[in-house]
Amino acid sequence: MKHSVVSLTINGTERQMLVAPGTTLVEVLRENQGLAGTRRGCDQGACGTCTVLVDGKAMMSCLLPVETIEGARVETIEGLTPMQGLHPIQEAFLEGFATQCGFCTSGMIMATAGLLARNPNPSRDDAVRAISGNICRCTGYEAIIDAVLDAAKRMQAAQRSEAA
Amino acid sequence: MEKIDTSFFTKEREAELSVVGESVQRADARGHVTGQTQFYEDVTFPNTLHLKMVRSTRHHALIKDINTDAAMNVPGVVRVLTHKDVPNNWYTILKLIGVGPDDEPVLPEDRVLFMGEQICAVLAETPQAALEGARRVVVDYEDLPPIFDVEEAMTSTPFKQHGTNYFVYEGHNCRRIRFGDVDKGFAAADHIIEHRYESAPIEHAPTETTGCTAKPEGNGRVTVYSNTQALYFTLDNMALILGVPFNKLRLVGGTVGGGFGGKVDVIVEPIAALGAMLTNRPVKYAYSRAEEMQVSSPRASERLYIKDGVMNDGRIVARKITLYVDAGAYCRHSTYGTTKAAAHMPGPYSIPNVHVDAYCVYTNRTPSSAMRGFGVTIGDFALESQMDQVARYLNMDPMELRLINAYRDGDMKAHRKKVEGAALVEVIQAAAHQTGTTLAPRFAKMSSFEREA
Amino acid sequence: MAWLKGRGVAAVNYPTGMNLGGDPSQALIHATTTGGFVITLSSVDLGQGIKTVGAQIAAETLGVPYENVVIDTADTDTGPHCMGTFASRGTHRIGNAIMMAAREAREVMMSVAATELEVDPGDLVTDGKGRIHVNGAPDKGMSVVDVALAAHFKLGKTISGRGMYMKPKSEVVPETGEMDPDSCQAHACTVADVEVDDETGEVRVLKMTNAYEIGRAMNPALAHQQIVGGAWMGISHALYETTEPYYPDRAHGPTDFSQYLMPGPGDIAEMDSVIIERPSSNGPYGAKGIGEMTANSPIPAIANAIFDACGVRVTSMPFTPEKILRGLDALRGIAN
Repeated sequence: MKHSVVSLTINGTERQMLVAPGTTLVEVLRENQGLAGTRRGCDQGACGTCTVLVDGKAMMSCLLPVETIEGARVETIEGLTPMQGLHPIQEAFLEGFATQCGFCTSGMIMATAGLLARNPNPSRDDAVRAISGNICRCTGYEAIIDAVLDAAKRMQAAQRSEAA
Repeated sequence: MEKIDTSFFTKEREAELSVVGESVQRADARGHVTGQTQFYEDVTFPNTLHLKMVRSTRHHALIKDINTDAAMNVPGVVRVLTHKDVPNNWYTILKLIGVGPDDEPVLPEDRVLFMGEQICAVLAETPQAALEGARRVVVDYEDLPPIFDVEEAMTSTPFKQHGTNYFVYEGHNCRRIRFGDVDKGFAAADHIIEHRYESAPIEHAPTETTGCTAKPEGNGRVTVYSNTQALYFTLDNMALILGVPFNKLRLVGGTVGGGFGGKVDVIVEPIAALGAMLTNRPVKYAYSRAEEMQVSSPRASERLYIKDGVMNDGRIVARKITLYVDAGAYCRHSTYGTTKAAAHMPGPYSIPNVHVDAYCVYTNRTPSSAMRGFGVTIGDFALESQMDQVARYLNMDPMELRLINAYRDGDMKAHRKKVEGAALVEVIQAAAHQTGTTLAPRFAKMSSFEREA
Repeated sequence: MAWLKGRGVAAVNYPTGMNLGGDPSQALIHATTTGGFVITLSSVDLGQGIKTVGAQIAAETLGVPYENVVIDTADTDTGPHCMGTFASRGTHRIGNAIMMAAREAREVMMSVAATELEVDPGDLVTDGKGRIHVNGAPDKGMSVVDVALAAHFKLGKTISGRGMYMKPKSEVVPETGEMDPDSCQAHACTVADVEVDDETGEVRVLKMTNAYEIGRAMNPALAHQQIVGGAWMGISHALYETTEPYYPDRAHGPTDFSQYLMPGPGDIAEMDSVIIERPSSNGPYGAKGIGEMTANSPIPAIANAIFDACGVRVTSMPFTPEKILRGLDALRGIAN
């Protein structure tokens, strides 16, 4: 089968790439774009470590053949990270001791970003639902749920101070 | 957030410390939250070959023939490795600390002992081609009867090429603990309470699967980027298997996406390095999630029989334990785990008469190995369920039964090590306090380091 | 049909370290030109936090700020030997090796400072904030940066240290099992509150109350992570996990996370955990190993709570609804 050219906007920059049929977004990000912060834990859509934002929605990049999302806007953990300092979600995870081995962290943070983009004031249940496709084997989730809620507060505070 | 109850051991806790005892931020957290932490898979090299295994579809079978012709015809397949390519094919991981015999082949020769056992390795330009190649290897089996039950295995015809279906500990068929005289203890006891406990195998399920990339260097050495939990264990076993001087190998790692004991085996590195040496190209061997689930070593299943001699006042005067650890097809770390399990008995209690027979048994299932709480987790399930059954039988408070039997400083454990630094009494007191449980005055006043008059 | 409530208790101990073939680990430490310290290891961080706790131990022993210490691990070309990360040995073994290396480096650092300040090294103390001064006279001193510069460029001294901790091999006496397999014991007690659905056999863990004795908590927040994550794993082991659901039958093995069950973020129990400290005699600053033991006491505590709730004694892990329903049927006199 023939390769095809796909174009995606990855972390704000338009990229064109030549891909074999069935090439998944996680493969493109890690192997073609060198964006290794998106982790690959199962390649089955069942662990959430590869979660990224596609057109603002949190999705598992191992399940997305890139040909099917031609023209999409993709944001990864690298794109979320500001040039200076950390994004409020990252601060919340860091200061809340919500990371251990760190392998699920990128996916957790991108799932949180997806949640807060559509729901800036989530309840605890909303936070739980947002990360329920993401597996963490170290923390027991409690610190992560707390970090999601803390991140929402931090983002609201940041927006208030921007508005002021 | 964390809570420290400083009302216990106040005198022993006295110390002038500055940074130890402080909740400083994790040194690696910034890397984690920015995705910049570098795991082994993030180090990539051009020209890398991908390795996929042909795996046994049988629990126990003779291998009559392996035909790799069709695999070699798959576009992108570069080479297929079989046992003939492995310089020293037989090993056992604890050889380095004097454990034998070598009971496991890197790649099996004439038989497979468990479903999923790796048979031959297909190296290809892409993971897809390697998978396709692996699918096309034809293995001709002759089935043999499998053994799945540990007690059945003890009395069955040996299926291992190296003798018995159990590990031999210095001439004994089990690791034994003999302390006091259990028969006398049972004879003197008011009650005998005996129960059976069992577990099923458990997977470590780290979010990052086991894997490595082996890269041949211009100077003739091989660097292996690995997520092993023990770099030197891996390096030393690799050198023995590959028959190369130790200084030809370099292991790089140290940042692992969850281990829990599952990354202590040495399975992926030797064969990836062999592939790299034979092709002069980097070779990556990473478990798929399905391989991690069913082929990587799980926590062993265990079966325990516990027989207690108990007095009316709650004292346990004799405890006999028969423990079967299901090692699966090969030894790996199970012989050590079984000894650790035996040493853990009879739990954190001072029991004057203890008899333990701990068997490390081979069956035709995925070899088990180390996991968080190795040799202890399942034993604790059995011991503490048994304590509850004893308490219920005597109609006693479960905390008080434990306190009556709790080990304390100066007691002798069953493996003849004197107890020091005990704190069982205090954790029970602390848990009672947390749950608002009132202990009788004599239990509330008990201490691990001071005996009541 | 009802949800039946019950409470169960379990108390455990757990050994620190493995010892069949001797259990060593090493550390090397050296100062940079400007007073940073690099600890070189071949030890592995799985998320338990040796990169953090090792630096804390070094900073404490050196008497310098935590921020000045960097851990460089793990490369077998540069890092000295480490047995590995398992058997709850890291903080104890590697921590001890780091402490020994840091002591040796500190001795050189203090002697360089003494030469520069023209005082006796025995009169000097570190303030933990980057300065070394005469005890009782904070003004008569110099910064660690200047000490390191002087060592490198004036006195030609290397501020470095070597550390090695080894528990020697203990042979097991085959007849009696006499052995010395560990360095110390940590302890835990869990009280589990559960409810059991007597119609479906489903178990919900309502609350886990845990008391953990862990020697000295080197970093309480990291210790707390081990406790919460470990107790979660204990619940998971107790109620959900296995690769062979009908063991010893080999059928029905799960191959992915949709078949291999674990409690998700929506299934976690309320937890109340307290740490108590009885410093060990042989761990660095009294540390004991804690990583593994945290999953152990929850499992039997849940089994005992299930019995308390519904009278079914589960003797086989995991405690699936099927097993509990069969137990309930047996109690009701219904043949399975």
